[in-house]
Amino acid sequence: MNLMPHVTLPKVGTAEAWREAARACLSARIPPEAIAWSRGPGEAVLWAEDEPPPAPKVGAIRVPESFVHLASQVVWHKDPERFARLYAVLWRLRTERELMQDAADRDLVALRQMERAVHRDIHKTKAFVRFREVGEKAAPRRRFAAWFEPSHFTLEPAAPFFARRFADMDWLIATPDLVARFTDGTLTFEEGVEKPYLPEDAQEELWLTYFRNIFNPARVKPDRMLAEMPKKYWKNLPETAAIPDLLANAETRVREMAEAAPTRAPFYAKAIASRPPPPRAPIASPGLISALKEEDTCTRCPLFANATQAVPGEGPLDARLMMVGEQPGDQEDLAGRPFVGPAGQLFDTLLRDAGIDRSKVFLTNAVKHFKYTIKGVRRIHQSPNGGEIAACKWWLAQELSLVKPKLVVALGASAAESLTGTRDGILKRRGTLEEGPDGLPVFLTVHPSFLLRLPDPVAKEMETEKFRQDLIAAKEHLERLLAA
Amino acid sequence: MTLTLQDKLAILSDAARYDASCASSGTERRDSRDGKGLGSTDGNGICHAYTPDGRCVSLLKILMTNFCVFDCAYCVNRVSSNVRRARFSPEEVVSLTIEFYRRNYIEGLFLSSGIIKSPDDTMRDMVRIVRTLREEHGFRGYIHLKTIPGASPELIEEAGLHADRISVNIELPTEVSLARFAPEKDAGAIRKHMGDIRLRREAAEDTTLKGTQPKKFVPAGQSTQMIVGADATNDSTILKQSARLYGSYGLKRVYYSAFSPIPDSTAKLPLVKPPLLREHRLYQADWLMRFYEFSAEEIAKDGNLDLAIDPKLAWALQNREAFPVKVQRATREMLLRVPGFGTKTVDRILQTRPHRTLRYDDLLRMGASLKKAQPFIELADWTPGALLDTADLRAKFAPEPEQLSLF
Repeated sequence: MNLMPHVTLPKVGTAEAWREAARACLSARIPPEAIAWSRGPGEAVLWAEDEPPPAPKVGAIRVPESFVHLASQVVWHKDPERFARLYAVLWRLRTERELMQDAADRDLVALRQMERAVHRDIHKTKAFVRFREVGEKAAPRRRFAAWFEPSHFTLEPAAPFFARRFADMDWLIATPDLVARFTDGTLTFEEGVEKPYLPEDAQEELWLTYFRNIFNPARVKPDRMLAEMPKKYWKNLPETAAIPDLLANAETRVREMAEAAPTRAPFYAKAIASRPPPPRAPIASPGLISALKEEDTCTRCPLFANATQAVPGEGPLDARLMMVGEQPGDQEDLAGRPFVGPAGQLFDTLLRDAGIDRSKVFLTNAVKHFKYTIKGVRRIHQSPNGGEIAACKWWLAQELSLVKPKLVVALGASAAESLTGTRDGILKRRGTLEEGPDGLPVFLTVHPSFLLRLPDPVAKEMETEKFRQDLIAAKEHLERLLAA
Repeated sequence: MTLTLQDKLAILSDAARYDASCASSGTERRDSRDGKGLGSTDGNGICHAYTPDGRCVSLLKILMTNFCVFDCAYCVNRVSSNVRRARFSPEEVVSLTIEFYRRNYIEGLFLSSGIIKSPDDTMRDMVRIVRTLREEHGFRGYIHLKTIPGASPELIEEAGLHADRISVNIELPTEVSLARFAPEKDAGAIRKHMGDIRLRREAAEDTTLKGTQPKKFVPAGQSTQMIVGADATNDSTILKQSARLYGSYGLKRVYYSAFSPIPDSTAKLPLVKPPLLREHRLYQADWLMRFYEFSAEEIAKDGNLDLAIDPKLAWALQNREAFPVKVQRATREMLLRVPGFGTKTVDRILQTRPHRTLRYDDLLRMGASLKKAQPFIELADWTPGALLDTADLRAKFAPEPEQLSLF
């Protein structure tokens, strides 16, 4: 009769022990059907005659990381076959290099189901352990204890979680299989016990009060509750004592709510309602011109509905130079200030290069609300249409009459459309002066975001230089206008 | 009559139950192994209990007070309601949080509040509570703080440095409804508040020029909630609003809360059975937008979602020309559109198919729901044939119409 090696794994440190033993068996070329496995003395083995497992051999055995991880979970499963099943897959991995990539392999599917069961049980252990205080509340280290019955051997893999979380107290989690004890920062395991006596804990009544009141009787869904909190856990969860009453009374409570006639408001409600409303959120921009605050509620075109806020112009009211962009972008929409996003940052640099002081320029946009479409979870800029530009012209006119600049720079086609009536041929018209509202000189150029969109680095560098030259030309125009 | 702690807890958790969010996931890793504090977070939320409404209890979700100067029609705490009022002292909130946490009842605190006096007064008291938890008690568990639009930037800044998540509820899907049912709330202020939070989060993510990482600002991000069924807004409008909120403010979640009866309701909003199925369909649609590359426009063209079948199946039935999908060759994008294929199934298909030909049984083992998928896919050993074009395909999936009952 064949003697079969029988590997008895320890109850604590099972995962590492299995790995060691499996490695030894594999290097000794022992096929899966020739090994019997068990954890601790408790697990029955069918074979009477045993042979000790081979001594570990030195030498590297390489297996995919995903298998190592799978095994480190599956070992905690209650199924007595788990070690043998793991070893069988390990055996196959010697020749089937891509086995782990196969999401439909029968052996692996079975192991992954076990992995999921273990994962869930570890999770439920973290969730459903309930401590009771067993020491003095005033002690330097408070002491707590819990009794729990996991479905698998999951106390060992779950215990480090409690050590990380409850490091400043001593605690003990007793299960039928093992006891985890955490004292003065050290975690140890002992043989399992019968359910111990745990003294009453006054906090449990408060916890039940919370559980009863956070429940909404108008949305009874006991199946959902049972799916996540199966009955097998109930006996160690104090709050489940409240469930029968909550379910029994839910319907009556809802009916009573529906039937109750609306009551008259309490006497103080009227007094409070007549108080002045709390101050509204202050408008974000400190440099904002006060005359345009009303813009915040502008509904002249539909763009307001989807934007965060209107973004008015910003700068000194006596600025000689006004620069008009197209519309606020994503960042401007959030911040409520013009030219603060990527194009604005580039613009800042180029203004500096051209020797223009941004703090002396009044910066604004042809359209004051951000127009965009949603792509996935991002906002994608959309150019405003003629109607939107026309609707917003009113605001630009307000800003022009308030600031009375000597020169306006139109950045891009939308600004050109608002200021000169047409957006056509902006690349041909750039670098020239045209006549704007009331004969105001308007210098035309592109929008700085145009530079950001150019994929070719050479073209980008060339266009950036052209834009820089435009800014310098605009500055010179302004100087001439001021000298005249 | 003075209220006991238990009375207050009953009143102020009852008042908090209409906030759907109880998430405790997505934050940074922390623990207390240094022995100087209490608590840990590892990015994964834990639901510590489930109430019979099927909702998870992860956080101690309470109001600091249910006194409120606002008069929002849908809200149990509105000024014109006759519910019992209470207010926790900061010490009471701190003690409940810590003691519940030590017994492993909760992952942390979700603190909200009625508006007392002004946004700043309310926000200041709430910030004081979370500061005490973090600084005096070394609490490293999860904190979700409801912030109040209009509160001063310094308070929001401090709130965001202590809290893992911040949220402000948009409440109703349109500005018109908000003006009608929550006259004191200002939709523009809510949007600006969300925009401000996003900018602060982004600023805290940027490494400074010296290479130092600034302290994280709400590492678990911001979320919001919309009440469904209190006004007449349709699902299409709701989903487009959600898409804008995700896109504009980088929200982690938009929660949909079926308007449900409240004690002492107002005549403005008749009490009906909460539209739970509609809420469920909206969550499914929301999922399709965030993880399945669907747009709001595709899911609910100009009306409401089909209540009888899920929105992905509804889309597939209306776009049959896009099917059957050849599972062995189709793009990830197309596989994600197959009813009955979840993201995990699609990942498994993509992982396995370079190595071998997929068959019907393989997909079953990979976790696909083939009852749903089979009319829409082609495999080496399966073609839907005429099944895809049968006129009554929808009827195969839709349940029998339910008898309507009086409520």
